[in-house]
Amino acid sequence: MTAPRDALISAIDLHKAFGPTPALDGASLEIAAGEVVAIMGPSGSGKSTLLHCIAGITTPDSGRIVYRGRELSGMSDATRSALRRGEFGFVFQFGQLVPELSCLENVALPLRLDGHKRREAERRAASWLDRLEVGDVAHKRPGEISGGQGQRVAVARALVTAPRVVFADEPTGALDSLNGERVMKLLTEAARDTGAAVVLVTHEARVAAYSDREVVVRDGRTREVELMNR
Amino acid sequence: MAIGETFLGLLESRPRHGYDLKRAYDERFGQGRALAYGQVYATLSRLLKSGLIEVHGIEPGGGPERKRYAITDAGVTDVQRWLTQPEKPDLYLQNTLYSKVVLALLTGRPAADILDTQRAEHLRLMRELTRRKSTGDFPDQLICDYALFHLEADLRWLELTAARLDQLAKEVSA
Amino acid sequence: MTGPESLGDTDEPGIGPKNLGGADELGRGLTAPGRVGVRRWFADLALGGRLALSGGRESWTRTTLTAVGVGLGVALLLLSAAVPNILASRTERISARDDLRLSQSEIKPGDRTLLVSDFDTTYHDRGIRGRVLRAEGPAAPRPPGVAKLPGSGELVVSPELGKLLAAPEGALLRERLGGTIVGTIGDQGLGGPLEYAFYLGSDTITAGDGGARRIDGFGSQYEREGFDPVLLILIVIIFVVLLLPVAVFIGAAVRFGGDRRDRRLAALRLVGADGAMTRRIAAGETLLGTLLGLGVGAVVFLAGRQLVELFTISDMTVFAADVQPTLGLALLIALTVPAAAVAVTLLALRRVVIEPLGVVRHAGATRRRLWWRLAPSALGLALLTPLIGGVSQTGPAANEYQVAGGVVLLLLGVAALLPWLVEAVVARLRGGAVPWQLATRRLQLSSGTSARVVSGIAVASAGAIALQMVFAGIGAGYTTSTGQDPNRADLQFSLRNPAGHAASEAIAARFRDTAGVRSVTSYTTVYATGTTTPAGPDVPPAAGTVLIAGCAALLELADLGRCADGDVFVRQPSGEPGEWPGPGEEVLFGDSEDPDARRWTVPATAPTVAVRPDPMGNMPAILATPGALPAGDLRAGRTEIYVGLDPARPDAIEYARNTAAGISTSMSIYQLTDRQESTRFTTIRRGLYLGAILTMLLIGASILVSTLEQLRDRKRLLAILVAFGARRSTLSWSVLFQTAVPVGLGLALAVGTGIGLGAVLMAMVNRPVRVDWGSIGLIGAVAAGVVVLVTALSLPALWRMMRPDGLRTE
Ligand SMILES: Nc1ncnc2c1ncn2[C@@H]1O[C@H](COP(=O)(O)OP(=O)(O)OP(=O)(O)O)[C@@H](O)[C@H]1O
Ligand SMILES: [Mg+2]
Repeated sequence: MTAPRDALISAIDLHKAFGPTPALDGASLEIAAGEVVAIMGPSGSGKSTLLHCIAGITTPDSGRIVYRGRELSGMSDATRSALRRGEFGFVFQFGQLVPELSCLENVALPLRLDGHKRREAERRAASWLDRLEVGDVAHKRPGEISGGQGQRVAVARALVTAPRVVFADEPTGALDSLNGERVMKLLTEAARDTGAAVVLVTHEARVAAYSDREVVVRDGRTREVELMNR
Repeated sequence: MAIGETFLGLLESRPRHGYDLKRAYDERFGQGRALAYGQVYATLSRLLKSGLIEVHGIEPGGGPERKRYAITDAGVTDVQRWLTQPEKPDLYLQNTLYSKVVLALLTGRPAADILDTQRAEHLRLMRELTRRKSTGDFPDQLICDYALFHLEADLRWLELTAARLDQLAKEVSA
Repeated sequence: MTGPESLGDTDEPGIGPKNLGGADELGRGLTAPGRVGVRRWFADLALGGRLALSGGRESWTRTTLTAVGVGLGVALLLLSAAVPNILASRTERISARDDLRLSQSEIKPGDRTLLVSDFDTTYHDRGIRGRVLRAEGPAAPRPPGVAKLPGSGELVVSPELGKLLAAPEGALLRERLGGTIVGTIGDQGLGGPLEYAFYLGSDTITAGDGGARRIDGFGSQYEREGFDPVLLILIVIIFVVLLLPVAVFIGAAVRFGGDRRDRRLAALRLVGADGAMTRRIAAGETLLGTLLGLGVGAVVFLAGRQLVELFTISDMTVFAADVQPTLGLALLIALTVPAAAVAVTLLALRRVVIEPLGVVRHAGATRRRLWWRLAPSALGLALLTPLIGGVSQTGPAANEYQVAGGVVLLLLGVAALLPWLVEAVVARLRGGAVPWQLATRRLQLSSGTSARVVSGIAVASAGAIALQMVFAGIGAGYTTSTGQDPNRADLQFSLRNPAGHAASEAIAARFRDTAGVRSVTSYTTVYATGTTTPAGPDVPPAAGTVLIAGCAALLELADLGRCADGDVFVRQPSGEPGEWPGPGEEVLFGDSEDPDARRWTVPATAPTVAVRPDPMGNMPAILATPGALPAGDLRAGRTEIYVGLDPARPDAIEYARNTAAGISTSMSIYQLTDRQESTRFTTIRRGLYLGAILTMLLIGASILVSTLEQLRDRKRLLAILVAFGARRSTLSWSVLFQTAVPVGLGLALAVGTGIGLGAVLMAMVNRPVRVDWGSIGLIGAVAAGVVVLVTALSLPALWRMMRPDGLRTE
C-alpha cells in the first residue's frame, strides 16, 4: 500500500494477539489530515483494537505506526501520553465522563492535564459546550444529564484541545438514531471546521455515512475497499 | 434478475443440459417461481449468439432439451465482470446480490469481496444522501432519511450475510 | 425457611443477569403465597446468607473481607475482655507467694516456721526476684510452686532463670547465686511465664538483727496496693480510646463491598423483591459474614494468645492460660457484634434507595445536620466539667463511670462530627491542580465513607493526644526528681551493721578489690532521736542521722576546717527549734521504743558546719569520726557504701553486685538516678503508643480496602483518563489526596478535641495544662505514615487498572 503524500497517520501491517486470539492480523490503514474515516466490520473483528493501536493507547505486537513522520512504536509511554494529551481527542460509547466533575470541568480536563490554567481551560471548555448546544448543562454533573447530552459533552471534551485527530469508538452506540445523528453531525462539522481528522469506529451505516471513506476490518485484517472505490 | 449471468455462473463449474440448468436455477434462486421453458431457451440462445456459451454435445434423440451447453472463455470473463461490479443501490435488489454471492461461492470466487464492494457502493450513495440532508430543507431531509433507512436495511442484510458466509458456503456446496 | 427445593442447588454462581447469584432462586421463593411474618423474615435472612456464600466470586470475596475484618476486631475485643482475668490471675499468683508479715504479733520459732530474707537482684537489666529460705522445722511452709524446700546451698529456680543460668551469658549470675539447682518453680508460684525468680536454701540466716523474717505460711492477708484513682481513670480512657476505633473498624468491615452488594440487590428487585425484603436479605448477608467473623475472631484470639507468653512489658509477662475473656464480656461480644453489624447495614441502607434499575444514593439530598452531631461532645463536657479539681492521687476513688462516660461521649463526638466537618470543608474546596480537583470532587460526591473510616483514626488520635498530655502533666507528680547525684556515685550498697565503722571499712575494702570499681566511699549511719521532751504537743522530737566516717570521707559532705579522729560536727540549725539534736543534747540510737537502745550525748563542743547532701540526696544531722563514739553503741547502725564504676567496663555493675552478694545476700543495692518515673506509667505509655499505632494500621487496612474497591469500580474511567493522556502521577496524587484530606481533617479535629479533653482531665486532677506538642507531632506522623502507606499499597492496583483493556466494555 502506498501512502498518499499527505498521510497523517499510517499504520502498516499491524499484528496484535491477546493470548491465542489474534485481534489484529495484518491491518493497514492510512489517514490523511482532516479526513473522516469510518472503520467498519463485524463485532470482534478488531476495530477497537486497531483504534487503540493507532491512537497509541496500546502497542501492536508487530507492524509500524507512523504519525506525522514519527514512529509511534518507538516512543516511550510518557511521550505517547503527551501526544494523546496534545494532539488527539477521544470519544467513547459511554461512561467516559468523570462522574464527580461538572460537565464544564470534564471538558476542561484535557486542557488542564496538558498544563493549562484553570480559568483559561474553563473558558475554552464553555465555548465548546455552547458550540455543541449543551452550554446549559455546564454546571451539572454527568449523572444528571441525558445520554445524548453526555455524548455531546464528550465530543466537546475531545475537541477542546484542538486535536489533529479525534478517535471515536462507537460514539453513538448508546443513543437513539436521532440523537446519534445529531452527535455525528456536530462532531464531523466541528472537526471539519478545525481541520481535525476523525477516526470513527462504528457498525452503523448511517453513522458511517458521515465519513469520507470507510475501512472494513474483518478477522483482524483491513480490506482494501478504498482501492475498489476509486 | 440477471438470468443470463446466473446461467453462465452455473455453467462455469460444469457443462449442463438446458433442463439441468432450469432445475438448478429453480432450486437455488427460483424462490417458488419456476422459470418457463421458453425463457430458458430464449436466454440460452441469446448467450449462444453472443458467444458466451457453446454447445458441448448433442445426445441422440433430437429435441432442444438434449443439448449440453458449456461456457466459453468469453463467458467466464463476463461472469467475472458481472460479479465484481457493484449493483446500483436500489430497493429489493437482494435477489441479485444473493445470486451473486451464491454463484461466487459455487465458482470458488471470494464472496466477501462482493459484499464489501456492494457496501462501498451503498455507502457512497448514503454519503451523498447524508450530504444532501444537511444542506436540504426539511422535506428533503425526510425523503433522504427514507432512502437512508432503506439502504441501511440492505447493508444490514449484507453484513448479516457476510457474517454467515461460511454457513452458506456449506449449504451451497452440499 | 423457603423450603429445600428453592434454596437448593446454587452451585453455579454468576449466571443470568450480571452478578446476580440466586436471583431466579429468589424468583421462585417469591411465588410462595401467603408466607408472612416471622417465617418470611427468616427465609429472607437465610436467603441473604446463602447469597453471601453462593453469589459468585464477587460475593464471597465480600463475605471473606467482612469475616476477616470483623474477626480481627473481635479478636481485639476478646483480648480486652481478657484483661480483667489477666490482672486478677496475676494478682492472685503474686499474693499467694507473698511473704511479708508486717506488724503482726511475733511468731515463735517452731516446727512450722521458716526464715525468709530477700535476695532480689538485677542482672543485665533483668529484675530477678530472690528469696533465701531456712526451715526451722520439718513442717516449715513451702512457697507455691516449690515441691521441696531447698537445702543449704541449693537453688530452686524459675524456668526462665534456669535457662539464663545454663547459658554462657549467665556466668556472672551463676557466680552470684552460687548453689546447685535442685528444682524448678512451678507456674503457680510465678507471676508470669518469663519471670526470673529463685529460692536459695541457707542454714545461716537469722531473724532479728540478722535481717530475716520469720513466717509460718505464704500468702498475703492484706489488700494489695490497687491502682490509684488517677491511674484507674487513665486505664479506663485507654480502653475507650483503643476500643472505639475497633468498633469503627468493625463497622467499616461490615460495609466492605457495600456498593456492589447494593447493585446485586437492585438485580433482586428486578425479579420482584420489595424494599423491605432487600433490606432483610442485606441483613442476612451481613449477619452471615459477621458470624463467620466471630468464628475467625475466636480462632485468631486462641492462636494469638499463645504468642502472649513471648512478650515482656516492663518485666511483666502473662501466662497464655490466664488470657481468658470473662464469660459475661465474651457473651456480650458474641451478641453485640452481630446485632451492631445488622444495625449498621440497615442504617447504611437508609440512605440508599435500591430500585430495580439501579441504586440511588441520597448523598447530597439530606444535608448532615450539625446539632445532633454536637450533642455527644456537649454531653461529654457536661459530665466531665463538674469533676474539675475533684480527683487526686490519694483522694477517694473518682466516679469512674462518670469519667469514662464523659470521655466516651467526647470521643464519640469526634466520630459524629467528622462526617459533617469533612462534608462542610470539602464542599468549600474549589479549583486547585487536577489531582486535587479530582480528589476533592470525589469527596464532595461521597465523603461519608471516607469520613466514617477516618473517624477511627480521629478517635484514636484524639484519645492518644489527650492521654499524652495527661501523662506529661501528671508525669510531674510521678516522675520525681530524686535528689540523687549519679555523678558522685553509681551504686549505693547498704546493709545492717551492728559492729561499728571498722566493719564498714572492711566491706569497702572488698569493693575496692572488685574489677571495674573506680571509687568507693563508706559511711556508717545510725538514726538518732533526741531524749529532750519537745517544746509543744505539735512539735516532733529532734531527730536526724548520725553519719560516721573517716575525715577524708566527711570532707566530701561538709567544710570541716580541721578534722581529727574523735571529732564531731553538727549541721547548722535551720532556725526552727528542735529540728535535729544540737551540741550537748542527749540522743537515743535506733528504735526509740527499744528498751535496749543506746544513749549518747552530742559533745557540747561540737562545731556547727554547713552540710551538703550525700549522693543519695540525704542530709546527715551529725557528722562523726569513728573515734568519737564507741563501736558498741552502734548496734542499730547501717553500712552505706557508695561505689563509682568504670564506664568503660560494661559488666562492672555485675561484678559489684557479685561482691555484694558474696558479703551478704541481704545487702540492698541501689542504682542512683537523678529522675525517676513511675514504672506503671512507662508501661501504660508504651502500651498506648503501641495500641494507637496498631489501631491506625487497622483503620489503614480498611481505608485500603475501600480505596481498592473504589479503584476497581472505576476501572473503565481510569482507562479513559489514560487514553486522554493523564499521567500516572496525576492519578496517584489524586488517590493520595483523597485519603489525605479526610485524614488531615480528622487529625485537626482530633488535635482540637484531644487538647480540649486533655485540658479538662488535667484540670480534674489539678494540674497545670500543658500541651505536649511532641506527642501530637508523633501521632500526626503516624497518621501521615498510614496515609502514605495506604496510597503506596493502592498504587500497584491503580497502575494495573490504568491499562487500556479497561476500555473494553464489560
Ligand atoms: N484486552 C483483551 N484481552 C483479551 N482479548 C481481547 C482484548 N481486547 C480485545 N480482545 C479480543 O480481540 C478481538 C478483537 O476485539 P475488538 O475489541 O478490537 O473488537 P471490535 O471489532 O471492537 O468489536 P465490537 O464491535 O464488538 O466492539 C476479540 O476477539 C476480542 O475478544
Ligand atoms: Mg469495539
